[in-house]
Amino acid sequence: MSIITIERQVLEKNDAVAQENRNLLNKHRIFTINLVSSPGAGKTSILEKTLEHLRGRLKVAVIEGDVQTDLDAQRVARYGVPAVQIVTRGGCHLEANLVREALQTLNLKDIQLLIIENVGNLVCPSNYDLGEALKVVVASPTEGDDKPLKYPPMFRNASVLIINKIDLIPYLNSSLATLRNNALQINSSLRIFETSCTTGAGIGDWCTWLDAQVIR
Amino acid sequence: MRRNGPLHELSIAQSIVEIVEQNLPANGSPRVRSIRLKVGELAGVVVDSLEFCFAAITSGTRLDGATLDVDRIPLMVVCRTCHQTFHVEQFVFLCPTCGRGDVEVVSGRELQVSEIELAEESQEQV
Repeated sequence: MSIITIERQVLEKNDAVAQENRNLLNKHRIFTINLVSSPGAGKTSILEKTLEHLRGRLKVAVIEGDVQTDLDAQRVARYGVPAVQIVTRGGCHLEANLVREALQTLNLKDIQLLIIENVGNLVCPSNYDLGEALKVVVASPTEGDDKPLKYPPMFRNASVLIINKIDLIPYLNSSLATLRNNALQINSSLRIFETSCTTGAGIGDWCTWLDAQVIR
Repeated sequence: MRRNGPLHELSIAQSIVEIVEQNLPANGSPRVRSIRLKVGELAGVVVDSLEFCFAAITSGTRLDGATLDVDRIPLMVVCRTCHQTFHVEQFVFLCPTCGRGDVEVVSGRELQVSEIELAEESQEQV
């Protein structure tokens, strides 16, 4: 029997490219977030509200991941920020090399905040470091308050949780307190914001916090 | 731009194949009998899906028929408050001793290739 012993990280190639991305972003003093959620939790709506709120205050750029379309990039382009679309053609997550290619098309000297909107999926993106400073997970009570329990690695790996669509709480059986508790038992250090893109509730708090993270 | 796999287990299977190929002896054409993996409980990898994807992409190659032997690495954390080390059950990251959630993961994120076992006949060739 012939056995070759190796100790190799399966995702070492992705991790190495992610680290290159991180170094490049740090060099240009760009604060980068990786925005993740299940489909329909409101990532793009949060992104739009954030762009609207930060307009004139910060130089923002967006990398949009989508399985099939460039609809989200079209939505984002209305806010007059540089936006690059990555269409994964069925791929369930972004990988660091795709982000590296996207970064080559952006003028990094003119960006303070980069928002990467990942593909709508709470499973796969959690394995793939893109070079971001932190992951922000969006959840909404319409999906049920047990989402954190079903996708624990994502909630563990995220630094921020945005609970969106809070205006719908009165019409749902879902409990905000349960959703919060479920998330906090997985990751007690999660910073939680509660928002509604319809009423605008909580968007100001989120943007104030985000603005404060940017290196000046 | 380029595409990824439809499942992240497919991308992971492709990465495993790449790593194995890089570590096979250059002489002869050894076949691979098994690949030993370390997969942490927090790695977010469904082993059945990984096996399925691995079999699909290695069909007709020298990795065809190789088994994936998975060592599941328990999700262990240490409490920063009372320094107790414990196994996380059902993803509840709360210390059973002091009840706090300020814990550090010490194992369970692993996703590694640790060993490649070659088939007998290849040994004679090598």
